[in-house]
Amino acid sequence: MAYFLGLFVALVAFWLGMSGHYTPLLLCLGSVSVALCLILAYRLDLIDSEGSPYGRMLGFSLYFPWLMKEIIKANWTVIQACLRADLDIAPALVKVKSVCRSDLAKVTFANSITLTPGTVTVAIEGDKLLVHGLYEQDSQPEAFAEMDRRSARAIDGRGATT
Amino acid sequence: MSDFIANLQAWFEVVRYPAGAAVSLAGALLCMVGTIGVMRFPDFYTRLHAASITDTSGATLVLIGMALMAPGWLIVAKLLTIFLFMFFTSPTASHAVANAAHTAGLQPLIGPINGRRNREEDSQ
Repeated sequence: MAYFLGLFVALVAFWLGMSGHYTPLLLCLGSVSVALCLILAYRLDLIDSEGSPYGRMLGFSLYFPWLMKEIIKANWTVIQACLRADLDIAPALVKVKSVCRSDLAKVTFANSITLTPGTVTVAIEGDKLLVHGLYEQDSQPEAFAEMDRRSARAIDGRGATT
Repeated sequence: MSDFIANLQAWFEVVRYPAGAAVSLAGALLCMVGTIGVMRFPDFYTRLHAASITDTSGATLVLIGMALMAPGWLIVAKLLTIFLFMFFTSPTASHAVANAAHTAGLQPLIGPINGRRNREEDSQ
């Protein structure tokens, strides 16, 4: 029921933000479309912790600024690599073991790695991620430990890192 | 105090168009840097890294610039939605492409690569 309510609030906010016209007719059409979306999501069995992950919003909003900082730092490294007169890179493939338990936390961790320029998650098997990095020294498994811990704490809750 | 806030608002109205244009231009330049990287890097996986500059900082800066020039809060909300969707979909797309290449058996170049080695390969 909480997931249902979260999805409802998110859809209403999305509709109001997108529309900009608040006449009675359009509001009626909007509520009909929100109801239709909810019915479809219910029939497709999508209303669970992955279809409506708004309960984890607080943890994620604490994780987000840190991720942005990492992305900016990594961007600078890759921009330098792109523009250097002589190409000087050392690509590497590494296996990273994750402490994330739920699928959502693993997806968050893998997407964070991919979103950071210079590293891409190539494959996930169980709790091991195959990561391709632009610089060998920057993509050792220890380099991802903090991101791993933070995304596990953001999605799985505080007790997940023990 | 209210005078100061009114002054600040007037100042922001003047400054936001040039600032937004400058930030958008910086984003466009970063997209170009990403493109240059895609051209220069040697193999598929390293090119993916260069493309991710365009995805993250380039697009984010262009969106921030547009938000500075936006005529109303509704437009800012829409730009924020675009940013969120980009933020969630672009790594998924990169991962799908990389995973497809890995599954198809494309081996990445490993180890130090510098300009000299590239030229030797070109001359062969």
